[in-house]
Amino acid sequence: MIEVRWHGRGGQGAVTSVELLAVSAIAAGKYAQGFPSFGPERRGAPVAAFTRIDDKKINVRSGIYEPDVVLVLDSSLIGLVNVLDGLKPGGKVIVNTPKTPDEIRKDLNFNGTVATVDGTGIARKEMGVPIANTTMIGALLKVTGILSLDDVKESVEHRFGRIAQKNLNAMKRAYDEIKISN
Amino acid sequence: MGKRVGLEVTVAVAEAVALCRIDMAGVYPITPQSHIAEHLSSLVADGTLEAEFVTVESEHSAMSAVIGASATGARAYTATASQGLLLMNELLPIASAMRLPICMAIANRAVSGPLNILNDHSDIMPQRDTGWISLFVENSQEAVDLSIQAFKIAEHKDVMLPVNVNIDGFQLTHMVEPVELPTQEEVDEFLPPLTPHATLHPAKPVTMGAFSMSDYFTEIMKAKDEVIKNSKKIVLEVWDEWGKKFGRHYKPVESYRADDADILMLTMGSMGETAKIAIDELRQKGVKAGLLKLRLWRPFPFEEIREALKNAKTLIVTDRAVSFGGPGGPVFSEIKSALFAGKHHPAIYNYIIGLGGRDVAVRDFVGMFEKILSDKDQKAKDTYEFWGVRE
Repeated sequence: MIEVRWHGRGGQGAVTSVELLAVSAIAAGKYAQGFPSFGPERRGAPVAAFTRIDDKKINVRSGIYEPDVVLVLDSSLIGLVNVLDGLKPGGKVIVNTPKTPDEIRKDLNFNGTVATVDGTGIARKEMGVPIANTTMIGALLKVTGILSLDDVKESVEHRFGRIAQKNLNAMKRAYDEIKISN
Repeated sequence: MGKRVGLEVTVAVAEAVALCRIDMAGVYPITPQSHIAEHLSSLVADGTLEAEFVTVESEHSAMSAVIGASATGARAYTATASQGLLLMNELLPIASAMRLPICMAIANRAVSGPLNILNDHSDIMPQRDTGWISLFVENSQEAVDLSIQAFKIAEHKDVMLPVNVNIDGFQLTHMVEPVELPTQEEVDEFLPPLTPHATLHPAKPVTMGAFSMSDYFTEIMKAKDEVIKNSKKIVLEVWDEWGKKFGRHYKPVESYRADDADILMLTMGSMGETAKIAIDELRQKGVKAGLLKLRLWRPFPFEEIREALKNAKTLIVTDRAVSFGGPGGPVFSEIKSALFAGKHHPAIYNYIIGLGGRDVAVRDFVGMFEKILSDKDQKAKDTYEFWGVRE
């Protein structure tokens, strides 16, 4: 099983992303859970959202305390929220930032795998909006290999209709452009 | 069988209810139930579901509206949680006394105060004695299955009682997970149209739910008690039919690795799945642990509980509600009542857990087992404790 914790701010679409991923994984024949951090949603406030994906039925229903991967949608949260909290040994950090993995590694004082991509920049160019939630799905897929870009196509089309292709283009660019440093 | 899809549980429940071809829904949105109301209302708005969606100004009105609709012979549905359920409270015994087969989802949520929107069972527990059949589910598939079964149970000619299906708020309602929705043909085959025993109609006046003084009131209460007690037979029949048709089997008390267990834990609702993982961990350590899951809360399955506990030496009952100043959690006190009349009396312990959304992880379940196993002199027997409380 892979467990992913998403860090973002209310309104940045972390919940949409975990839903899209779970729906896509299930459509691909896997088992998955996608859920928000439970509580009042406040625009701009730090929020978390969670994804579990496995090849067999998932029984656990408690929160995720020891994620395999942490994805930071908003790099201004670094230093504000302990994004590394509980990260498993060998766990990976993915950050939406124009910085290099080594710069983020220093910011986080972290020795494991760090991957960075300018998701917001890509989203702005491909979709005309600075909202990187779907873009960063591409980054997550590249780093983890949990699903292929094709696996998420249908659920993105279902969710976004006529703007789906722009989301898929942004996702593909993040997939191609992400820099991974082990 | 329909396609396996990923859906938020509330959406899956609304889809299941639509498959039941309800005639009317009267729902007031409240977290964490709101997505049921929203999705049902959009199914009506886009023409997928031919039903009347009555927008009401409160849950009191929601329950009043479904009572009225049900009394005309409509298949009526509502959903609520927490304060909404409490606001409905004075109408719940009226729905059951009028023998109206209303179905309701309860997205279980803590009641105020202080204000808390997260999960526990403090909303349903005070409704225990309102004469509603009450069922609990632990995942999306069960939420869908029981939402459909609820109508079949409620509308059986020997039942004609309202049914509530309890779905843990957030932990379940807000989860996107796999579920198989049956097809319309399958649901139509399973659930025939409602045949009401009496209906309100201007051309054929009847009086329903009227006034009764001491001359008949006791008899009416006795009748209500008899019918809900006897409804267990129908619940079992419906589950049997469902199992044969869909291959998913339901029981009033379900068990996991319980047959040879020395120490059992009992849970209700969505925690059962996480508790199973704890049982597996304990078994690996050589502890003969097992799990019981209480699905049927009303009518209370006394015989099944006694049967499930006939060899147990120790039982840990978990409660997600408090009976303040009472004998322990409400589930604990029911189980004790069930055992008092029997011959076999295991040592019984009670933990109050998961209040107001407090997460209960595998390590918490393991911890409860280990704490009780270390209570060699059984000092904590028959008492209750708030698990994980900071004092």
